[in-house]
Amino acid sequence: MELTKEQQAILDGEKGETMAKVLETLIRYGEIFGAEKLVPVSSKYNHLVTSFGLKALGPVYDLMDQLIRAGAVSGQKFSVDPRPLDPRVPANLLQNLVFKKFMYSKQDFYENQLRQLGLMNEDAFSCACYLEEQGNRPAQGEILSWAESSAVVYANSVLGARCNRNSGIMDLMGSVAGYVPYFGLLTDEGRKATWVIRVNTTQKPEAQLLGSAIGMKVMEDVPYVIGLDRWLGNELDEAACAYLKDFGAATASNGAVGLYHIDGLTPEAKEQGTALITPDAREYIIDDAELQRVKDNYPLVWKDPDAKPKLCFVGCPHLSLQQLKDWTDRLEEGLRAAGRKKVCVPTVFTTAPGVKKAFEASDYGARLAAAGVILSCICPLMYMNNPLCAKMPVITCSNKLRTYTTARYYTEAEILTRITKGAD
Amino acid sequence: MAILRIYHGRVIAPGEVTAEALVSHGGLNTLASFQKALQFGDKKATCGDQNNPDLYGREMAGKALCLPQTIGSTTGGLVLYCACAMHRQPACLLFSNPIDSLAAAGSVLASVWLDNVKMPVIDCLGEEFLQYVQTGMEIAVKPDGKVEVRPGSVIID
Repeated sequence: MELTKEQQAILDGEKGETMAKVLETLIRYGEIFGAEKLVPVSSKYNHLVTSFGLKALGPVYDLMDQLIRAGAVSGQKFSVDPRPLDPRVPANLLQNLVFKKFMYSKQDFYENQLRQLGLMNEDAFSCACYLEEQGNRPAQGEILSWAESSAVVYANSVLGARCNRNSGIMDLMGSVAGYVPYFGLLTDEGRKATWVIRVNTTQKPEAQLLGSAIGMKVMEDVPYVIGLDRWLGNELDEAACAYLKDFGAATASNGAVGLYHIDGLTPEAKEQGTALITPDAREYIIDDAELQRVKDNYPLVWKDPDAKPKLCFVGCPHLSLQQLKDWTDRLEEGLRAAGRKKVCVPTVFTTAPGVKKAFEASDYGARLAAAGVILSCICPLMYMNNPLCAKMPVITCSNKLRTYTTARYYTEAEILTRITKGAD
Repeated sequence: MAILRIYHGRVIAPGEVTAEALVSHGGLNTLASFQKALQFGDKKATCGDQNNPDLYGREMAGKALCLPQTIGSTTGGLVLYCACAMHRQPACLLFSNPIDSLAAAGSVLASVWLDNVKMPVIDCLGEEFLQYVQTGMEIAVKPDGKVEVRPGSVIID
């Protein structure tokens, strides 16, 4: 790799041994992918994936300590994924004991490390850092050192920023050094689509089901999706952005998609159109039957398939303000139709701290609370990641949560029915 | 009679090891596969990914993990790094495809920041490698990226 004089000096130890190792890490990472240079990170803020003080991640905290002691802290402030705990989310005595005393006993310690390394503020905990209320929204063309699969795919696809699917720790390394290796989704060539997806459904496809199908098919390749603008329109308005947020999270968790193009809608597809598609691109046609096939093939890992749900999570990735308002309207309507005042399954909606404040400041906040729904900024995935919760029959409309936990997936309409009426 | 087959790949992390193959035909979801093992002290790193029928419930530590690529959460590299630091990593990672960014990060982080951790990583072994190798076969990895698959040693379980 060709380094600038400044980069070479860092590698030679001018800024200390730890900084040299940070740069060596980035160089070796880049060389695997044929990167010929390091380029400056140009976004105002970074975003880190690791938000949880999980006792088992001791080696990560040791590495963080090493960076802090050496003064190798982030050159940018950063946001980070959601916290794993919230006392408002239902948990029994044993679960609370396991969460606080065993699993996340390092949470306070780790958050203190994050502050020393450059945390934006105490509300900077959300996977959807790019929402207006959270304030970490990169511009088109900016180079990022982010991690968090759902945030990376959104930043690349909807905002037109440039970021590889960096891993946790590597995200911080790029920010500490101020450089990332130039390869993959940072390059024009790497942003070309090697799959054409034709959406031929008879109704607007469920975002997280469509994303799941595409992710499982294309894995880490770049898909160019044709036919979705029929349902989403040609402007990136709030509804389209919310749809693409959920769609992208499913492509990234059910597969490894870091960038997608939506014909006639996302920035690069609007600018370049089908010129983004490589000549040898493969094709995947999605119709109603294909979506049903994908959904029917999800494994059900509940011990009792007919168990009554004990908890419902909506909001992985975190809900936008408009999504929260829409859900509240639909809930009220569903409850009225069912002759109920409150949801009949304990239900948690998750959103970003800034969105939560804005939502609760409107009349919607009290209306959602009156429907019996708990509003939290927790990461449901981190909440579910333990044997106690794994045994609970939890339902969700998040395909990401389904992928990583024992939560059972239903479409949004099915979830609405289950929490307002209690069954299909 | 089945014979020894030899494949050549690109060396991502050098090393020499002989181990029993554990084959995933789908992508390895690193977080989903390792999270329980790391959190709850399972030294054998039993795979917890319910979506991976090839690996679910199988022990991954010390095995020659043969796979197309890793997928899923961008904690993947960090999780692999932790598995290495806690000595619960596979004996080696053998990718049929070019390595993905998360697995590459895990491999590089372990190599640069940890002492005395060996996990040879070879990629670009080709689709035929993954079609041929079966769980239970003996695998020998050489420092130059040569991978020997010894089918006579299939372990039936």
